[in-house]
Amino acid sequence: MNIYLLLFLEFFKMGALTFGGGYAMIPFIEETVLSHEWMTTRELVDFIAISESTPGAFAVNISTYVGSEVGGILGALCATAGLVLPPFIVIILIAKIYDRFKRSAIVQGAMLGLKSTVVGLIGATVLSVGIEIFFSEGINFDVLKTANFYVSLGIFAVSLFLLLYKKLNPILIIALSAAAGIAFGYTGIIKV
Amino acid sequence: MKQKLKLCLQLFLTFMKIGAVTFGGGYAMIPIIENEISVKKGWIDGEELLEVVAISETTPGPIAICAAAFIGYKKAGVLGAFAATLGVVTPSFAIIYLISLFLRKFEDLQIIKYAFFGIRAGVLALLIKAVISMFKKSPKNIVAWLIMAASFAAVAFFSANVIIVILSAAVIGLAATLIARKAGKEL
Repeated sequence: MNIYLLLFLEFFKMGALTFGGGYAMIPFIEETVLSHEWMTTRELVDFIAISESTPGAFAVNISTYVGSEVGGILGALCATAGLVLPPFIVIILIAKIYDRFKRSAIVQGAMLGLKSTVVGLIGATVLSVGIEIFFSEGINFDVLKTANFYVSLGIFAVSLFLLLYKKLNPILIIALSAAAGIAFGYTGIIKV
Repeated sequence: MKQKLKLCLQLFLTFMKIGAVTFGGGYAMIPIIENEISVKKGWIDGEELLEVVAISETTPGPIAICAAAFIGYKKAGVLGAFAATLGVVTPSFAIIYLISLFLRKFEDLQIIKYAFFGIRAGVLALLIKAVISMFKKSPKNIVAWLIMAASFAAVAFFSANVIIVILSAAVIGLAATLIARKAGKEL
C-alpha cells in the first residue's frame, strides 16, 4: 500500500477508536508502530518524554512524529489528518443532538466497556515498557548483578513517589530523571 | 459572512494559543480552555465547559481535538470547527516536525544517551500514574473490573489485537448495561 495512505488509515483507526485521549491512546499506538516497525518500544518511551516536554496533545505529537519519520512532511500531514478527522466528523454530527446522545443506553453501555478496557490496556503497556526498561536484554537474573538495573529502579521509584505524593509536574519528573541519568553516566556507575 | 470569517479567525488564533501553551495534552488543556474561552472571551459558560469535557470523553479521539471542534462548531458551524481544530493542531505539528528533523542526529551523543537512560525510568512512573488516574475515573462495578482484567490479560499475555479488545469491551459493556436495565437495576 502507498505509504501515505497507510499512515492516514492507521492513524484514522486510532482517532476513531480511542476514547479519553492522552495516554489512553498509547496501547494502540504501541501496537501500530511495532507491527509496521516504524518505532521500537524504547523509541516510543523516549518519544513520550519528548511529547510531555513539548506543547500539544500527545496523539497529535506522535502522529506528526511517526508520519515525519516514515514519510517526511507529507507523511506527517497524512498521519495527523487521519488522526484528527474521526473526532472532527463525530463532533460535527453529534454536537446538536448531544443531550439525547449522552443519555442513550447504547452510549452509556459502550462507555462502561470503553472506560474499563483502557485501564487494562494501559496496564499491558506498563508491563511491556517495564520489561523494556529493566530487562532490555531479555528476562534473566544476570541483569540483577548490573548497576544499570538498580539505577533504573531507583529513578523509577523516586519519580513515582514524587508524582503520586508530591504531585510534581511531569516535565519536572523528566528533567530530574534526565539529570540523574547524566550524573550516573558521567560518574561511570551505569554503562550505556 | 464577514462577521463569521472574523469569528473563525479568532477561533483559529485562540485555539492556536491554547495548543501552544498546554503541555501534556488531555485534561491539562481543560483549565486553559476555561481561562481562554470561558473567562477571557466569554464564548461558553461554566456549564457548557462541563459539557465540553463530557463530550470529549464520550467521543473518540484526543480531548484537545474534540474540545476545539465542539466549541468551534457551537460558535461558527462547520467552518468554526475547522478553524478551531486547525488552530489547536498547528503548534504541535510545527514543533514536532522540527524536532523530527534533527532528533536522530542528537541520539548518538553520549550525554543524550545517559539522559534518556534516566528518562525512560521516569516515563514508566508517568505511565503508572496514568493507569491509576484512569482507574479512578472508570466505573466501579464487577463488569468494569472484569473488562479491565480481561483486556490486560488479552494484550499482555496473548498479544491480542487492540482494536478487537476495544470493540469487544464496548459490546460487553453495552450488553451488561442493557441486561441490567431489563432486570431493573443500574450497573
